[in-house]
Amino acid sequence: MITVRNLSKSFDGIPAVKDISVKYLPGQCSLVIGASGSGKTVLLKSTVGLLDPDDGEILFGDTVFNTLDQKEKKKIRRRMGMLFQGSALFDFATALENVMFPLDFFSDMSRKEKLERAAFCLRRVGLENVDGKYPSELSGGMQKRVGIARAIALNPDYLFCDEPNSGLDPQTSVMIDRLIHEITREYNITTVINTHDMNSVMEIGDKVIFIHKGEKYWEGSRDSIMTSQCRELDEFIFASRMARELKLRYGNGNPTAD
Amino acid sequence: MIRTFLYETGRYLLFLRQVFRKPERWRLSLRQFITEAEKLVINSIPLIALISVFIGAVLVIQTANNMTSPFLPKMYIGYMARESLILEFCSTMVCLILAGKIGSNISSELGTMRITEQIDAMEMMGINSAGFLVMPKILATSILNPLLTLMSFIMGLLGGYLIIAMTGMIKISDYLTGLQFAFNGYYITYSLVKTAVFSFIISSVSAFYGYYAKGGSLGVGRSSTQAIVVSSALILIFNLILTRIML
Repeated sequence: MITVRNLSKSFDGIPAVKDISVKYLPGQCSLVIGASGSGKTVLLKSTVGLLDPDDGEILFGDTVFNTLDQKEKKKIRRRMGMLFQGSALFDFATALENVMFPLDFFSDMSRKEKLERAAFCLRRVGLENVDGKYPSELSGGMQKRVGIARAIALNPDYLFCDEPNSGLDPQTSVMIDRLIHEITREYNITTVINTHDMNSVMEIGDKVIFIHKGEKYWEGSRDSIMTSQCRELDEFIFASRMARELKLRYGNGNPTAD
Repeated sequence: MIRTFLYETGRYLLFLRQVFRKPERWRLSLRQFITEAEKLVINSIPLIALISVFIGAVLVIQTANNMTSPFLPKMYIGYMARESLILEFCSTMVCLILAGKIGSNISSELGTMRITEQIDAMEMMGINSAGFLVMPKILATSILNPLLTLMSFIMGLLGGYLIIAMTGMIKISDYLTGLQFAFNGYYITYSLVKTAVFSFIISSVSAFYGYYAKGGSLGVGRSSTQAIVVSSALILIFNLILTRIML
């Protein structure tokens, strides 16, 4: 479990995240939603330690992560996997080498075992015959899947995904969402996903946290999202005409956005 | 301006401390060293060889044109070409050329890795990204570039030989005698030390600017330019310092 307590972070005096507290549970996909620039990525990067928070605590299990020294932080980071918005695959390595990269550093497996593990992870995300291909030779969806394979190579306890389906077509987005969800359940991982794709929310959002202007405005299940009384959340969700029509048809509340 | 200078110097020194931390896996760093040696040093051989041959030839022509007095022995043409090559061209000039070639390569590569979050991905895995990516570059260039200097020296002398053989401006035997005249082996050491220091400057400064690049593709371009300008200026300053100390 990951616990974020009263986290704040600002840049040049301008607050990006203000006093956010949230819990992410194992075996669940927790989706952090919000408009672009709402502070989702800052919250995620502060949680994983890529940014130092100004205030607050981040606990992985019972360990306060953000006050640990670099050496101790590294030990916890080895239990994390992360899928970046642009995949962040290493250009100098093939798909297979990308997945093997964390294994090379942090496992005592033989080369044969590492190759087998990397090949297994690639197969697990539905990729075959891409082992020798470089990231530039793969499509966006394939790159994301290699990113997921790399993230799960070391059997992580925590998985973080920053906009996993940005720039992907709807079908591939659903496939990536389902893959993350399956992996989360299968390995009982604590998964945190940043997204502004409402389809992902309805598809895999075990828990949804809505961030607006750096503050947490709403938290709940995907089922309760349609009946929320949060005006800002309504405006965010029902910005599209299709969503407004769906709410009118199936929701109990009244859409506030025109 | 002084504050910025001190801030940047401090950041550079902290960066170097991060770069030279004990690697997580020596074997992987060694593999990276070999890759960088090929990319940064071996791939520079054709360019440096070509430039050295032509500069050697030009030096011989220019020296011969300026030695019109019949009282000056022609062998001095070979002597002066040798001294010019070893004292200045093969170390300082070659490193200024390398600052452009490998400096931009290093800063743009790391800058792109930074803005595409590849460096963040390494940090996320708990890897010392600066150590893994930068240390092999600095070691490969600092250790192996002096060999480029030696090669440049030989190619420069060869260039002089070829132009004499082709034009017959002086006797080949005079040129060869000049090359052996009053040879001071310490100058080779001086030249190699300069190249090692300059290579350290080029690779570390370029890596520093690339590693901290921000602002998208424009930022990568800006960091490349800064890397080349700053490393070229530092090469000239350290050239003066080392010459004052060593000669």
